[in-house]
Amino acid sequence: MFNKKFLKHYYIMLIPAIIWLVLFNIVPMVGIVMAFEDFNPGLGMWKSPFIGFANFEYMFQMSDIRQVMTNTIVIAVGKIIANLIVPLVFAILLNELCIQKLYRPIQTIVYLPYFLSWVILAKIVLNIFGYVGPINSVINFFGGESVNFFGIDSMFRPLVIGTDIWKNFGYNAIIYLATMLGIAPELYEAAAVDGAGRFKRIWHITLPGIKMTVALLAILSLGNVLNAGFDQIFNLYNPLVYSTGDILDTWVYRAGLINLQFSLATAVGLLKSVVSFVLITLGYWMADKFAGYKLF
Amino acid sequence: MNIKDNSVGSKIFDVINVIVLVIIGLLCLLPLWYVLCVSLSAKDAVNAGLVSFWPVGFNVDSYKKIVGEGAFFRAFWNSICRVVLGTLVSLGCILMAAYPLSRTKTQFPKRNMFMWLLIFCMLFNGGTVPWYLTMRNYKLIDNIWGLVLAGGLPVYNVILAMNFFKNLPSELEEAALVDGAGPWRIWASIYVPLAKPSIATITLFTIVGYWNEFFQGLVLSTKEASYPLQTYIQQMVVTLDYSTMNAEQIAAASKLNNQSLDAAKIFIAMVPVLIVYPFLQKYFVKGITLGSVKG
Repeated sequence: MFNKKFLKHYYIMLIPAIIWLVLFNIVPMVGIVMAFEDFNPGLGMWKSPFIGFANFEYMFQMSDIRQVMTNTIVIAVGKIIANLIVPLVFAILLNELCIQKLYRPIQTIVYLPYFLSWVILAKIVLNIFGYVGPINSVINFFGGESVNFFGIDSMFRPLVIGTDIWKNFGYNAIIYLATMLGIAPELYEAAAVDGAGRFKRIWHITLPGIKMTVALLAILSLGNVLNAGFDQIFNLYNPLVYSTGDILDTWVYRAGLINLQFSLATAVGLLKSVVSFVLITLGYWMADKFAGYKLF
Repeated sequence: MNIKDNSVGSKIFDVINVIVLVIIGLLCLLPLWYVLCVSLSAKDAVNAGLVSFWPVGFNVDSYKKIVGEGAFFRAFWNSICRVVLGTLVSLGCILMAAYPLSRTKTQFPKRNMFMWLLIFCMLFNGGTVPWYLTMRNYKLIDNIWGLVLAGGLPVYNVILAMNFFKNLPSELEEAALVDGAGPWRIWASIYVPLAKPSIATITLFTIVGYWNEFFQGLVLSTKEASYPLQTYIQQMVVTLDYSTMNAEQIAAASKLNNQSLDAAKIFIAMVPVLIVYPFLQKYFVKGITLGSVKG
């Protein structure tokens, strides 16, 4: 019911959050004008010469931007697909576990890496794959030469996608496991009585039971097509693997904050933001339309 | 779903399944165990590649050495301050904003306008460069408040709390209204106490989020003294230019680093997450399933 006296208090309750939102989310958006300027820090944002779309034209002519774009999409799409399938397989295996006492401990262990930062995990990964790390020790033991895993450009993408799965699969499996717990046990019992074996039960009961969840997660991950994971790559890459591992976010960081090409970096960043925004919105719209998913 | 099934094929499947799952579990645990082993091993043994999953030449020298490193403790302290201030500020903002936003359109006619504003800010941003220049204009460089506020309002958590408030039975509120309670009273003595599981989830995610963040710490600091711990660790190994080195040089260069000491620092940086992990565990499954609740 509507109460006019309460309205004032509702606004007061919103004030802190709105101030934070305006100062730290909205005001930085004003800086987008730099993408259309030849920004000069001495002149500032409002007095720098306006050059229209010249930054964007320049950007599309740069060969390294094309490479960076390819890297971003290949790594991001690889991650999206792997992060849908691997947790699904893991969840099915865990759901079929015959020793109930192991269910919780395994679940507890596998989502631990999710809560550790990429700074820490990258140091660990680099140590394990490093020159004197355990993997090269095994290779040496079998008489092989040490391999500089993170210095070979053809190995970088698989390593990035692989370590990303390692960090996230346990966490991503939670939603599948929760859905599987919701499947009626009677279905399995009835199928077993009818003579369906393990694989038949997985195929005809478990998979149909979670296919909507898989579809929903697939649609919602659409917005990540340009999101290859800055934190991870920034902490794992080095100049040797730029050709396959440099992504939009790392390129923007180097161009903007290290080489101080503010306008160009803003333009590339804006392109990414706009495309991502369109894709996420499309994802939410489709999720609402086909699966009845609502964010609020 | 596991049903008693005595066929041979099913038994074989069970055995293989247990083995595979245990291996998967070990894959998640062993890398962390490896760091602990390296930190407790002798420096020379690490550099010779002798350490795998058990300490070689067990000693705690690395941990003793850390005690004497002021920079490490400064970074640790910066991170603690950031987590405490950040959690208080964001929880306050989130819980206060979530209440009016959880009202229906008749109770709060402008509700949807605010919701769309929040959603827009969650999905769109100006990019790294404009954000950085704005923070510089705010004089938030080398400033603890920069590390707290620069990430912007955690909109997703506001939505999480809002969905939780929305799903509380409205009878409670109506009863309080009859007794003459105002919005602040209803918020403080009904909604917040009842939302404990959701608040716990958001608190834990906020703590871990602030603790793990390194990029703002890197960009918003001009000197080592203002680094939070994750940035300190990120910067601690001198970045080497591998492109000009051959295999032997890389091996020699990596021996210059005291890997055992680095591992000890990494391990200490993991400890706070390991401490809150049991609590996280208890609540976060509920937290994510809440996120998908329809309103």
